[in-house]
Amino acid sequence: MGNFLTSSSIGKKFVMSISGCFLVLFLLFHLAMNATAIFSPEAYNVICAALGANWYAVAGTAVLALGVFVHFIYALILTFQNWKARGGIKRYAVTKKEDSVNWSSKNMFVLGCIIVIGLVAHLYNFWYNMMFVELLGEHSNSFGLVPTDGAGLIMLHFANIVWVIIYLVWFVALWFHLTHGLWSMMQTIGWNNNIWLRRLKCIANILATIIMLGFAAVVIVYYLKSLGCDFLAA
Amino acid sequence: MAILDSKIPQGPIESKWSKHKADIKVVSPANKRKLDIIVIGTGLGGASAAASLGELGYNVKVFCISDSPRRAHSIAAQGGINAAKNYQNDNDSVYRLFYDTIKGGDYRAREANVYRLAEVSNNIIDQCVAQGVPFARDYGGLLDNRSFGGAQVSRTFYARGQTGQQLLLGAYAALNRQIAAGSVKSFPRHEIMDIVMVDGKARGVIARNLTTGEITRHGAHAVVMATGGYGNVFFLSTNAMNSNGSAAWRAYKKGAWFANPCFTQIHPTCIPVHGTQQSKLTLMSESLRNDGRIWVPKNKKDVELLRANLIKPSEIAEEDRDYYLERRYPAFGNLVPRDVASRAAKERCDAGFGVNETGLAVFLDFKTAIERLGKDVIRARYGNLFQMYEKITDVNPYEEPMQIYPAVHYTMGGIWVDYNLMTTIPGLYAIGEANFSDHGANRLGASALMQGLADGYFVLPYTIGDYLSHEIQSPKVDINTPEFEEAEKAVKDKIAQIFSIKGTQTVDDLHKKLGHIMWECVGMARTKESLTKAIEEIKKVREEFWKDVRVPGTNDEFNQELEKALRLADFLELGELMAKDGLNRNESCGGHFREEYQTPEGEALRDDEHYAYVAVWEYKGEGQEPELHKEELHFEAIKLAQRNYKD
Amino acid sequence: MNFTLKIWRQKDAKSKGGFETFKVQDISPDTSFLEMLDILNNNLIHEGKDPIVFDHDCREGICGMCSLHINGFAHGPDTEITTCQLHMRKFKDGDTITIEPWRSSAFPVIKDLAVDRSAFDKILQAGGFISVNTGGVPDANSILIPKKDADESMDAAACIGCGACVATCKNGSAMLFVAARVSSLAKLPQGRVEGARRAKAMVAKMDELGFGSCTNTRACESQCPKLISISHIARLNREFLKAKFRD
Repeated sequence: MGNFLTSSSIGKKFVMSISGCFLVLFLLFHLAMNATAIFSPEAYNVICAALGANWYAVAGTAVLALGVFVHFIYALILTFQNWKARGGIKRYAVTKKEDSVNWSSKNMFVLGCIIVIGLVAHLYNFWYNMMFVELLGEHSNSFGLVPTDGAGLIMLHFANIVWVIIYLVWFVALWFHLTHGLWSMMQTIGWNNNIWLRRLKCIANILATIIMLGFAAVVIVYYLKSLGCDFLAA
Repeated sequence: MAILDSKIPQGPIESKWSKHKADIKVVSPANKRKLDIIVIGTGLGGASAAASLGELGYNVKVFCISDSPRRAHSIAAQGGINAAKNYQNDNDSVYRLFYDTIKGGDYRAREANVYRLAEVSNNIIDQCVAQGVPFARDYGGLLDNRSFGGAQVSRTFYARGQTGQQLLLGAYAALNRQIAAGSVKSFPRHEIMDIVMVDGKARGVIARNLTTGEITRHGAHAVVMATGGYGNVFFLSTNAMNSNGSAAWRAYKKGAWFANPCFTQIHPTCIPVHGTQQSKLTLMSESLRNDGRIWVPKNKKDVELLRANLIKPSEIAEEDRDYYLERRYPAFGNLVPRDVASRAAKERCDAGFGVNETGLAVFLDFKTAIERLGKDVIRARYGNLFQMYEKITDVNPYEEPMQIYPAVHYTMGGIWVDYNLMTTIPGLYAIGEANFSDHGANRLGASALMQGLADGYFVLPYTIGDYLSHEIQSPKVDINTPEFEEAEKAVKDKIAQIFSIKGTQTVDDLHKKLGHIMWECVGMARTKESLTKAIEEIKKVREEFWKDVRVPGTNDEFNQELEKALRLADFLELGELMAKDGLNRNESCGGHFREEYQTPEGEALRDDEHYAYVAVWEYKGEGQEPELHKEELHFEAIKLAQRNYKD
Repeated sequence: MNFTLKIWRQKDAKSKGGFETFKVQDISPDTSFLEMLDILNNNLIHEGKDPIVFDHDCREGICGMCSLHINGFAHGPDTEITTCQLHMRKFKDGDTITIEPWRSSAFPVIKDLAVDRSAFDKILQAGGFISVNTGGVPDANSILIPKKDADESMDAAACIGCGACVATCKNGSAMLFVAARVSSLAKLPQGRVEGARRAKAMVAKMDELGFGSCTNTRACESQCPKLISISHIARLNREFLKAKFRD
């Protein structure tokens, strides 16, 4: 098998595909968790407590971090190599986008960078105030909440319209990234053909939309809650 | 020089080739490693020969003018390749393919060579399939066939409308395999400027690197010319822009005699000329005549309306159409040989029935076929050709008929070779379109691919061994000898001379003049007067060239004008020889139609008593008349007869 | 029709190039794009200037020799064609047309608009063949190939090796070119025999020569004059990964 995963272009793309696939699966899991928060903050906090500073949750987080890291580092390497292969920044005096080409497919790296920036903010907002606090062995975070009170943290952040907007932008970037990434990973591992291409793209669009709307729903519901219209409670 | 010895083996035609193979010598593997061969050109002939010779263990150097061997003009062949497989159970056989080819060539080809061609045709298909050529197949997984002109059986194998491309990619892949193995060294973007002779044998070439202008010497124990045809002498032809006759003409001037230079094929189905700015003509595959019907209006009134764009061709009623090929040649209909179809089109246009503004076009119509088979079937068969036609003309051939007109396509004439494909220069071989041997005065469709691959895969690799078996004692050719030095100097001097002219006309200006003379006087119909006039006028253009051509730039760069100028300089001499040969041949045969010699129905009238020979021209020096030699053609297996495609 | 042409001029591989502007007049709409350049060149020579170098040969869209990036598109603003099949009727009278050579670090410029595509030859030399010698092969009909497979093989084999895919791909990737060959042979039983070896060797050579990787933008197939589909790239990925995991 050799080191084709680090040396060959298809090998590297394969790693991108598999790590990307892993991250998508995580997103779905995360989404399921978050959805709970919409219906029951208490249930959500039970999950938060279950996924606190115990070894399997920490190990899971480490694996997840590794996934993000691999996906991002490989993206960096591939982008640099591709940039070199293209022949530098200024290539053609006139460039036009081909009709059949999706905008997101040509901007995956930029979208990825936006997602990473959003991720850093997200980790700071939540992980830093939850699992990290528990790992340090402390009992309350910088907001004075217990680290397992995820619902409380959500409430706290999304009362602020700035965070709401930042998160929504983040989700939109994620949507674009996923609409291409989801079918692209199937293509990279070779599971595609002329018939499946259309199906895969359709599946990718549906899945990306579900993920985006799901996450956005939490943000919006909690923002509305902060405004006093708690329609679920009513 | 010795008299023409075609070295045709004795015995009945069926066993000549096997007997010959048994008789000729072979070279042992250990000795093959010591022998160098140069192959010029990478079309079907060159690529297949270089690959096969490399496989055998010779050291091969292969040269091509394009940026990759894959670009050679064989790639543009559309319709198919013939073989006598009889897969369709329509009573085809080696003999029938042989007979059709001899008859199609109007009895001016060498019987023994043609029989061998038909014999090895089946091996070619096997070889190509093994190489991964994706020929069209039927639902059962077996190979499919279509019909071509001049045949009443379906023996043409095809890969959509890109058969030449697929066959060339097969040969090119085989060549690539040898390049990777190190037995073949490839020199793309190199043009051969001269053949180098040492002690009366071909011992190497002088090449020019087209991107840097560097002139290099290459020695070898044998040189193979696979340089294609010289149709571009007409300026407008279906040949690629860079196709040329220069290497062949260099060989001629070094002592390789030139055979039947006037035999030019005018292909009946090309897109008509549209204006003076046109650079080349595009062929529409002969395979279209399987389903397309050729016609012009019966009435002059409709012709006028068409020319004025007042009606569409599809509006002309069935009874007002003259399907003239079906009318004149009921047995073969639209599938008569190319020369016959071309002349018939010219006849109708000369009579005033040409359907476009210039009056030089006829219709190729798919209406009947679409009604019979449906659009989808037609699209599956000819989709890419229809698309190509629409891109060029802006007319949708599914709705309106195509307009077509004959254009220069192929040259049956070429360097004279014996049965071993060796020219009159020992050690110099010519294969494919570059030689003269297999197609007589007219080539049948789908036979050029067959000949190129037959020569390259199955004939030359055997016959060249016979010559090289005598060369095993010869050391590597030394390129630092006076012969190489002289040849190189002559090339450099010629280039310097061309630059020094600094005249007022561009190469294209002059080439168009030559092309005009050739088309008008040495084209589809020739007369004693037109040919005499051509000789005079070509001389004048040649003088103009050497006095007034303007070639910008220098030799030491990528200079496409210099390339063109060097090629035109040779065309200006070759064109004259074509006219001379045409003048000498006082008969009509195949593509050579002398208006003085025709039957009352306007068919070509051969004179077998006086002209059943190959006209072979020997170069006698600058300003000297070439000398004519005759290789008498003996027909043992086939009886000479007036060609008949009527019944 | 009249046109203003902005054309890339570059003396040789080492020189720095730049755009030069030219005018052409009285061009018939039926003139092909390369004929228009012929006319320009003929005028330039008459004016005592150096003509523009560009690659071309068959002028019927099959040899793959012509290139050119025209107004932002490889082979110009029309689909399913090569530059030689592009006609001036596709432009508007008075248009300014920008003509550039194909750019990718694996395709260095030789002069003006001509680039060196020998990297493609090298990739095919690495394994784009079936290892059979001349002679000694079975009868053509002894290998049964389902029509569907033969057709799909032919779809891929239609590649003319022009390099439009590389010129268009934002990554300068040759995946479509490599995939076309690998896929064409992979669909045939005779090609399957050394399929794994072929995929590995050709991809390794492609990487070595400095082509980029595929990010599935599909720009290549949109500009491919022969409409080669990226489904062949999927097959190449499959072939390659299968081969590697089997090792």
